Amino acid sequence: MSAALIRYSPLLILAIAWQLVSQFEFVSSTALPPLTQIGAAWLDLLTSGDLQKNAVPSLYRGGAGLVLAIAFGTALGIAMAWWRPVNVVLGPLVEAFYPMPKSALIPVTVIWLGFGDGSKILLIFLGCMLPVTIGAYNGARSTEQVLVWSARCMGASRLRMMWDVVLPSALPELLNGIRTALALAFILMVTSELIVAREGLGNLIGFLGANGSYAAMYAVVLTVAFLGFAADRIYQTLTQRVLAWRETGLA
Amino acid sequence: MSRAANADERNPAGRVVRGAIWAAAHLGSIVGLLVAWEIFARSGAVTMFMLPPFSAVAARIWADGVDGNLWLNVGLTLYRTFVGFLLASVIGVGIGIAMARTRWARWFFDPIISVGFPMPKVVFLPVVILWLGVFDVSKITMVALEAVFPVVTATVLGIQGVGHELVWSARNMGAKDRELLWQVLLPAAFPQIMTGIQVALPIALIVAVFAEMAMGGFGLGGAMMQASRFADSRGVFAGIVEIAVIGYCVVKGLAVLRHHLLLWHQEAVSPSTV
Repeated sequence: MSAALIRYSPLLILAIAWQLVSQFEFVSSTALPPLTQIGAAWLDLLTSGDLQKNAVPSLYRGGAGLVLAIAFGTALGIAMAWWRPVNVVLGPLVEAFYPMPKSALIPVTVIWLGFGDGSKILLIFLGCMLPVTIGAYNGARSTEQVLVWSARCMGASRLRMMWDVVLPSALPELLNGIRTALALAFILMVTSELIVAREGLGNLIGFLGANGSYAAMYAVVLTVAFLGFAADRIYQTLTQRVLAWRETGLA
Repeated sequence: MSRAANADERNPAGRVVRGAIWAAAHLGSIVGLLVAWEIFARSGAVTMFMLPPFSAVAARIWADGVDGNLWLNVGLTLYRTFVGFLLASVIGVGIGIAMARTRWARWFFDPIISVGFPMPKVVFLPVVILWLGVFDVSKITMVALEAVFPVVTATVLGIQGVGHELVWSARNMGAKDRELLWQVLLPAAFPQIMTGIQVALPIALIVAVFAEMAMGGFGLGGAMMQASRFADSRGVFAGIVEIAVIGYCVVKGLAVLRHHLLLWHQEAVSPSTV
């Protein structure tokens, strides 16, 4: 307990400094409302239900896009690692589109699917798929040949080998790719909602900012930041559990 | 791979042929995709609004290039990306060195970095607008804010991973702190720092385009949003193609730079994954 207190005390110091600086108006309190005021605004949003009402569509979009990206990305990456023709055709495309700034796709997904959930899910799916693909590809390629030969020798079918040998040994790199995708999903969720949306946390932030209710805006901003942080921590705990059979775990 | 490398040493012509096949395969799929785009768009399955044919988009890019808008927008986007990216690299390496070398810096920054890294920093956009307005300063701040974290973590890990033997030998030969840092620690940690910087660059570009979209004005992101508002789907797709090409060039450029900077390192000998 006290170790955690010492470890996280810098954050506490920053929070106190924030409170003091805005309390005594060293900076304008519109630009930086005191933390107490932000806390009060947060409670207001929670009791009026605005926060939950907007969080649900946001998390739904992020979750749906991410799940699709993980399913397709994993399949694509393993296919690329295992069938040469697939790699020859798709490898260059993956390489060409991987560095593309995904936020550029926002207007296109709007043209295709409009302003609703569909365009956000498509955007998150497209943006998150390639990191997963590359993780799965690198992981599956590094499967030890000895394991593959042994499995073959013991009469494993191709499909069974995929499932029992290739997928587990690709898992560490794949899970790393998914972690990148998780962070990207949050970024794309917020950016797309800030730019074009009728509901969602990003839209709520834009709306409150335009209205000049800055304390409430800060409250939602900090909520989204915390959600991103919490999702990453939960994911890391889960992956450590999944990878417990490895000697080193996820580095 | 090592057998192929040996074959290359014995037969330089084989290397050229291999390179040519590689390039052909790469170009082949890109060209294939563009042809498929053109055919699909002209097939009537989708409207011209949803997917203009590639030839029309290319014509649009050409027109933008002739009247100079393309270069203005590309220049501005690259300027914001690179200024933010360079700031993030310098500040990130600085904080990383401080964290790896001094206890108080480690104590202070460690929780901030470990909490801040997984957060979507783009969400602070309205706050940054509130403080700094909607012009270059705030766009560059957004870029630097998001790009600095991977550089810090890579620098800390890189410096901590330098072998004790190297440090002890340098100390034994009388190296002072400053010499130790510049002549031993930074060069030894450089591959990892460079990896962090390579992670930061695409992030910088993503955020630059997003900031331009959200704040408006010139730049590729702003131009795309403008086109989108006027339902000018050729303009939107032209923006996508331009941004994709720029992203590819910038990331490849940094990989080439890494290869040149790290020629002395053993990774340059073995085939690199980047």
